[in-house]
Amino acid sequence: MGRWRPLLGKAIGPVLFALGIVVVALLPRFMGEFRLLQFTLVAIYVIALLGLNILTGYSGQISLGHGAFVGLGAYICALLSLGRPGLELYMIDPPGWLPLGDGMRPVFTIPIAALVTGIIGFIVGIPALRLGGISLALATLAIAVSFPILMKRFSEVTGGGGGLNLNLPETPFGWDISTRHWLYYEAWVTAGVLFVVAWLLVRGRIGRAWRAIRDGEVAAVSAGVNPALYKTFAFGVSSAYAGAAGALFAIETSYVNPDTFPVGLSILLLASAVIGGLGSLAGVVFGALLYEFLPIYAQKPPIFSFDFADQAPAVVFGVFLIVIMLLLPGGVAGLFRVVARMVRGGRLRRAAPPGA
Amino acid sequence: MAAFLQQVVSGLAQGAIFASLALALVLIYRSTDVLNFSQGEMATFTTFIAWSLMNQGLSYWPAFALTLVIAFAGGALVERTIIRPVEHRPEIVIVIITIGLLIALNGLTGWIWGAEVKSFDSPFPNRTTEVGGVVISIQDLGVLGVCLATVFVLWAFFRFTTLGLVMRAVANSQEASRLMGVRVGWMLALGWGLAAALGAVAGMMAAPTVFLDPNMMLIILIYSFAAAVLGGIDSPVGAVVGGLVLGVLINVLGTYVDFVGGELRLPAALTVLLIVLLVRPQGLFGHRVVTRV
Repeated sequence: MGRWRPLLGKAIGPVLFALGIVVVALLPRFMGEFRLLQFTLVAIYVIALLGLNILTGYSGQISLGHGAFVGLGAYICALLSLGRPGLELYMIDPPGWLPLGDGMRPVFTIPIAALVTGIIGFIVGIPALRLGGISLALATLAIAVSFPILMKRFSEVTGGGGGLNLNLPETPFGWDISTRHWLYYEAWVTAGVLFVVAWLLVRGRIGRAWRAIRDGEVAAVSAGVNPALYKTFAFGVSSAYAGAAGALFAIETSYVNPDTFPVGLSILLLASAVIGGLGSLAGVVFGALLYEFLPIYAQKPPIFSFDFADQAPAVVFGVFLIVIMLLLPGGVAGLFRVVARMVRGGRLRRAAPPGA
Repeated sequence: MAAFLQQVVSGLAQGAIFASLALALVLIYRSTDVLNFSQGEMATFTTFIAWSLMNQGLSYWPAFALTLVIAFAGGALVERTIIRPVEHRPEIVIVIITIGLLIALNGLTGWIWGAEVKSFDSPFPNRTTEVGGVVISIQDLGVLGVCLATVFVLWAFFRFTTLGLVMRAVANSQEASRLMGVRVGWMLALGWGLAAALGAVAGMMAAPTVFLDPNMMLIILIYSFAAAVLGGIDSPVGAVVGGLVLGVLINVLGTYVDFVGGELRLPAALTVLLIVLLVRPQGLFGHRVVTRV
């Protein structure tokens, strides 16, 4: 057994991933439409948190504005899939230079939303990262607060406070499954692909450079890494992930509105990424489950017979965040690593504190 | 011209609130080397405490003073309990903890006092006075006066008392202060306490105009961040000047530039800030940080 142990360690990632695929494929058999919707949202949060984890967990920067980039992706999806004819129904006549077209299948807007959001993130990242230190957190917080204001103000493009309704797409190729099922698979396939992309990114040269910057910028510079370039790239990539998540969110909920993307969304996304586990791609799944289900169970705790206030989830999130940072910087994923090491009988070390 | 000056004065009053909160941020940044994202929520929480005290029948100024004491104790307690254990961990850890505190306090405020908007009494009469043809509201003058007086008291404390001197020494070099026998940990807690009290002043001055609700300080916090960065994040003078400048700037921009209007003040202020920073990254009064490679 002893000499198989290293091999076992290597295989555990792919095995878990395959197991995840099986679980995701089988889950719809046991769920009604409402649960299905919830788990579709989990896939969407997985995508957003993957991006956030690349940024915070691997390159060591904080974004408090990812909700805004999710919102941007959602609006891009809505505008493109409605097209000019669809927008006319809202009496919206966007300026002619916007390449909106006549409406397209929503699924094709996902890569476009990711690309455009990524490029915008990259451009926003340049000045913010040049300033260094904590200014990205500040700049992104400002973006998060400004986003709903801007969406309401430029109503000639966005429809303002009333928002935009999308048509729920039909299942393509004549498949014999409901639209909700189709959207579930669409979201999880996208999440799976983006998970693999993230894994390829962080395990290679780029990921090494990110971690070098995270663990010591000065040392990274002297090793020939250009921190500004890699940090900006990380921000661009994470924005692209947020954009893809936003497009899927718009498709799934068939509705975009400025107030769907308040500053609280950005802050709680960061909290979920941290609690799930910074610097662990598996951790984002915990984070996403937490983001979807904690607010429900914190308000209606299963063991109590009464409801807590609307604000209870926020208190729980905040306290979790503080406790995790104080005691378990690896988050839930770090906890699993510690347990796994104990089970395997290895010496107990502190959970590696990524980003720390 | 008179209308313009009127805008300047009410901008100064708003700016004084930004300045107080910005100064609180700078105080903590200088001693603990971290931006406290929960500064605004701490201020909101203490302002709600002031509201409760007044609801219990206390009149304004005793409630004001008692709130400052409570805020001071609360700020020091936060430093001792959740910041001190991570003191020597990377900046990102401390920042995330302050974000956790932001979320928790925001939720707790709503939980205790409810999410509906409340009105908050002002100690100043709701009248205007005229100085040389410029109509000035007493409320604006009062806010400006209280904020500037607080800043002045704080300045005098740091400049003329031994304790202030010791705290400046700690901000300068923790190692050297420790060798001189200073209880560095307690000085840091004191800094957090003072910052929380300063934030409480900002909260109580802002509440009569923005009304009391759990999210009332969020936008103000962002303006204060902007003010602190504009003035130079490690400069107390910069925070005060930055706050006043920003207050006047957004008022004038909002009134005289149609495109900005009422709604786009925040994005406009941030754009101006970004331009300033790209030209002068250390802010108006800050020091350039040099990292040795």
